[in-house]
Amino acid sequence: MHSLNTTTKKKKVITLVGKLLKPIWVLISFSALVVPATAVGKTIIHEERSLYTSILVQQSRGLLCLNFTLKRADSSQSCMDVKNPKRMVFSYTRMVMAGLLFNPNPKNIMIVGLGGGTLPMALNELFPQAKIQTVEIDGAVVDVAKRFFNFQESANNKIVQQDARVFAKRANLKKEKFDFIILDAFNGDYIPEHLMTREFLTEVQSLLTAQGVVIANTFASSVLYDHESNTYADVFGKFINLKGRDTGNRIIIVPEGAISSEQRNSISKQAINAQAKKLAPVLEPYSVPIKRLARDIYKRIGAPADWDENKRSLTDQYSPANLLRNQ
Amino acid sequence: MILIIHLLAFCGGFIIMSFELLGGRILAPYFGSGVYVWGSIITIFMLSLAIGYLLGGRLSVKNPTPRKFAGIFAASAIFLYPMILYAQPVMEFIFLHIEDPRYGSLTTAAFLFMIPTIILGMISPYSVRLLVDNVEESGKVAGALYFTSTLGSAIGTLMTSFYLVLWFEVDSIITILTLILLGIALLAWFLAPGQQAQSANTSTAE
Repeated sequence: MHSLNTTTKKKKVITLVGKLLKPIWVLISFSALVVPATAVGKTIIHEERSLYTSILVQQSRGLLCLNFTLKRADSSQSCMDVKNPKRMVFSYTRMVMAGLLFNPNPKNIMIVGLGGGTLPMALNELFPQAKIQTVEIDGAVVDVAKRFFNFQESANNKIVQQDARVFAKRANLKKEKFDFIILDAFNGDYIPEHLMTREFLTEVQSLLTAQGVVIANTFASSVLYDHESNTYADVFGKFINLKGRDTGNRIIIVPEGAISSEQRNSISKQAINAQAKKLAPVLEPYSVPIKRLARDIYKRIGAPADWDENKRSLTDQYSPANLLRNQ
Repeated sequence: MILIIHLLAFCGGFIIMSFELLGGRILAPYFGSGVYVWGSIITIFMLSLAIGYLLGGRLSVKNPTPRKFAGIFAASAIFLYPMILYAQPVMEFIFLHIEDPRYGSLTTAAFLFMIPTIILGMISPYSVRLLVDNVEESGKVAGALYFTSTLGSAIGTLMTSFYLVLWFEVDSIITILTLILLGIALLAWFLAPGQQAQSANTSTAE
C-alpha cells in the first residue's frame, strides 16, 4: 500500500516536471527551427550572455557584426568590413564624425559606450596625440571588442569599465575637461535611463571645454524622440538635429556646448564647407561623406523643432525611457 | 476587523516593493544602475525586513492592539517621507567618501532605506498576532496573511514599474506611499478602537 502510494506520487511528480518542461521543449525545438533560417549566409562567431545584454558576433557577406539583441537579428550595433576595417559601415557612426566640423582637432575625447570600438579606433588613428577615454560598463563588451574587432588599448586610447554616470560625476570632481564628447550608450533592448536625464546632460556639459562639442546618438522614432529632444533643448538650448538621409538615425550635435546657445558663434556656410574640405581627404578611408554631411548640417541649423515640445523632459525624477519607447 | 488587518497587510506589502523599486531610481544618478546596485538594494531590504520581523514579533508579545498596529504604519510614514529631503545630501556625501560604487551603493542603501523598511517589516508578524485565535489555526492565519501581503508586494512591484514611474516623479510616488501609510494608519486607529486582540488573550487565559 505504502509503496503503491509512493509510486503514484512519483508518477505525479514526473508528469508535473514534464508539464513544466514542456514550454522549454517547445522553445528548444522552435529555436532549432529558427536558427538555421536566420543563419542563411551568416556565421555565428561568438555568442554570450553578459550581465547587461546578450552579445552576438556574426559574420555575413564580408561584414563582422556585433549584436546586442537576439530579438531583431538584423539590427547590429556595430559592423566591421573585414577586407576594409576602416570603412564605417553604419551611417550613424559616419554622422557622429561630422562633429569634427566643429572641433577639427580634439585633444581630450570622452566616449560613452564602446560597442565594437569603431569610433575610438578611428579617432585614435586620426588623432594619435589625443587622449581618448571610452566608458563602457560591460566587461564582456570590452573583451569582444578586443577579441573580434581588433580594439587595442593604449595610453592614449583607454577604456574605463564603469557606469557612465559615475564616470561623469567623478570626472567632474577631478575637474577633468573634454573637447569632444560622444554619447552612444543606448544600444540593444534596454536603455540606461539614468543616462537620458537632464541632470546627466548637465554633468556632461560641465565636463566640456569652452570649444567642446557634444555628439549624441539618440532615438529617432517613438515618443522618446520628443522627450529626448526637449531634454537636450533644456540643457543645451539650440542644437543641430542631424537626421540620416535614408536611415532612421538622429544625431544631436552641440558645438560650444558649454555656453548658452545665444552666446555661441554663428556658423557660416563658408566656414563649415572649408572645414569639410580640409577633413575630406583624412576621412576618406573611413567613408565619411563629410562634404555632404556639412551641407546637411548647414540646412539643419536654425531649423524649427520638429518634435512635440509639450512632452516633458526626462529627469532623474522622471525617466521611464524604456516604457516610453514602447508607448 | 479581519478585513482591515488584511487590507493593512496588503498595503504594507505593496509599499515595501514599490519603495524597493524606487530605490533603484534613487541610487542610479550616483552609483549607476548596474547589477551591484540592485544587489545592494535587495541586500539592505532583506536585512531590514529580517530585523523588522524579529522586532515586530517581539513587539506583538506585550499587549497587542490594533491601535499599536496603526502606530507601526504611522511610524514608517514618518521615516519614509523625509527621504525626499535627505537622499541627495546623503548620496553626495557617500559618493565623495567611498570610491567603489558597490560599497557606495550598499552604504547609501543602508542609510536611506533601512529604518523605514525595518518598520515596514514589523507589520507581518504583528498582523499574525492580531488575527490568531488559537494554535490550531495559527498556520492558516499566518498563511492567509502572507498571501495578502505578498500579493500586495506583487501588485506594488507591477504598478510601480509599469505605471507609477510613467505617471509620476519619484518624489511624488514617495509622497503617495506616505499618504497611503498615514491613511491606513488612521483607518485602523478609528475602525478598531483601542481594544486588545481579545480572542487571543482569552485563549492564553484558558
